[in-house]
Amino acid sequence: MSNIAKQTISSIREGLLSRRFSATEITVQALAFAAGENPKTNAYLRLCPERALAAAAKVDAALAAGESLGLLAGVPVAVKDVILTKGVITTCGSKILEHYNPPYDATAVERLEAAGGIIIGKTNCDEFAMGSSNENSAFGPVRNPVAPDRVPGGSSGGSAAVVAQGTAVVSLGSDTGGSIRQPASFCGVVGVTPTYGRVSRYGLSAFASTLDHIGPFARNVSDAATLLEVMAGRDPLDSTSAAAPVPSYAASLTGDVRGMRVGVPVEYMKHATGETATLIYQALDTLRGLGCEVVDVSLPSTDYAVATYYVIATAEASSNLARYDGVRYTTRSAEASSLISMYQHSRGEGFGPEVKRRIMLGTYVLSHGYYDAYYVKAQRVRALIARDFTQAFGGSAQGKLDAIVAPVSPFPAFKLGEKVDDPVAMYLSDIYTITGSLAGIPCMSVPCGLTSEGLPVGLQILCDHFKEPEMFRLAHAFESAVGSASSN
Amino acid sequence: MKLTEKEVRYVAGLANLSLSEDELARMVHDLGGILTQMDRLAEIDTTGVEPMAQVLYDAGDDTATLREDVERTPLGSDAAVANAVVTASGYFKVPLVIER
Repeated sequence: MSNIAKQTISSIREGLLSRRFSATEITVQALAFAAGENPKTNAYLRLCPERALAAAAKVDAALAAGESLGLLAGVPVAVKDVILTKGVITTCGSKILEHYNPPYDATAVERLEAAGGIIIGKTNCDEFAMGSSNENSAFGPVRNPVAPDRVPGGSSGGSAAVVAQGTAVVSLGSDTGGSIRQPASFCGVVGVTPTYGRVSRYGLSAFASTLDHIGPFARNVSDAATLLEVMAGRDPLDSTSAAAPVPSYAASLTGDVRGMRVGVPVEYMKHATGETATLIYQALDTLRGLGCEVVDVSLPSTDYAVATYYVIATAEASSNLARYDGVRYTTRSAEASSLISMYQHSRGEGFGPEVKRRIMLGTYVLSHGYYDAYYVKAQRVRALIARDFTQAFGGSAQGKLDAIVAPVSPFPAFKLGEKVDDPVAMYLSDIYTITGSLAGIPCMSVPCGLTSEGLPVGLQILCDHFKEPEMFRLAHAFESAVGSASSN
Repeated sequence: MKLTEKEVRYVAGLANLSLSEDELARMVHDLGGILTQMDRLAEIDTTGVEPMAQVLYDAGDDTATLREDVERTPLGSDAAVANAVVTASGYFKVPLVIER
């Protein structure tokens, strides 16, 4: 069989249909490759060979019976460890859930397996998806496969790394303020945050409920689009999942983006410096070459996005994480002499420093006397940030835009340990991804080149609610012009 | 906004979080720095702007709807308590709550 690390969804499908290999063969090879490579990155927390081989056997049986194959037939998929997998330990990167064995599957997991996808393992991440470097995992940091002395980004660092490394063809991550796009950018792969509500969050461990998304990582735009298509759509088990019909995203990859109006936010570019800025300006030239009209756009509330995000996200987190109390989930402190001391010590011993910091911040901004000044104020500013996008996409003095493009991160992957002691600097680095998350619009990172040190830089594409087809069309045309991770 | 150690202890109590003395000192420092960033929100005029609590409300998509009230098989108490550290007869067991 050809190199597992270079496979795509379509190459696997073609191989299965032409009987060059079976789903079981590709699964065995993927599991062995992942086990062999993992010590280099620590990207997988565990592999799940039993579940993977059972899923592969089903695909092979369907193939033998002449049944039609699902969109993900035989495709090795990795799943971020904040997404529940029945019978496969799911830790959320936290010591407090070290032994947690979920009694049910997330809807996204159920759907990708129903489409023939093979879950081969669970990936490392920042504890409860809180972080921008994957250094907040209780199970050790992940190394960037492109540059092992550097972080893969976060919080879905493991999911980005396994796709970059080739130990999974595609993977699932979660994004609350940039946790898919930023690691995709740092590792040189495609990462997609769909419209809020596009993918059911049933079975996603809740961090910030008005901001959490599940989304795909892939080595090219087409594979990311296919994976999203499989997962998207209304789920009665998640009341916030959207009823809007799911179009064929593959059909949107026409290569023709002539006449698309693409905005570049002046408030973002004024902060952009160095090689990241150079590569983004080159990307704008590429888009012009493809026939896009590239124009400046103003998103005036941008400067308040980081403060807004960290008020809302921590407030919601402090509430969501109250459930980890020493009663229901796997660990209880030995110091539990009374009910209150059981709560306090189980949580004090089980949570890591960043999670504690965010619970404290969230509790503070929700507490008596500060609720209006911080939490309600942040909700009002959030409305202004969302309005900036509505006006840009809906037509204004600046004209109606089809898409906005921007950097993903102010800088490429940084060194392990470089920012870990400065939470404010770490939070401020989320500036470009947070705005789209607050507005709930679809956004993605697509590779746009390498720095002189060989570090990947991603171009961010943002579109209006449910305009994933336009977003994928632009990303695919851009990728065809500059090359993808799967074509290298 | 800078927080005092007393305020941090109070918030930790609200959050049911035990903190060591070292953690407490670090928290006073870190929260102060982050809240100083958050205080910038006071600069922006939000007169007449409704707080945004629901994402797709303006997009016109009917999210946040309720499903049909159809009976479903629940997890069952065995599965529900399977991850708990201390259980008895299908129940969670916790330290004594009310003294007699």
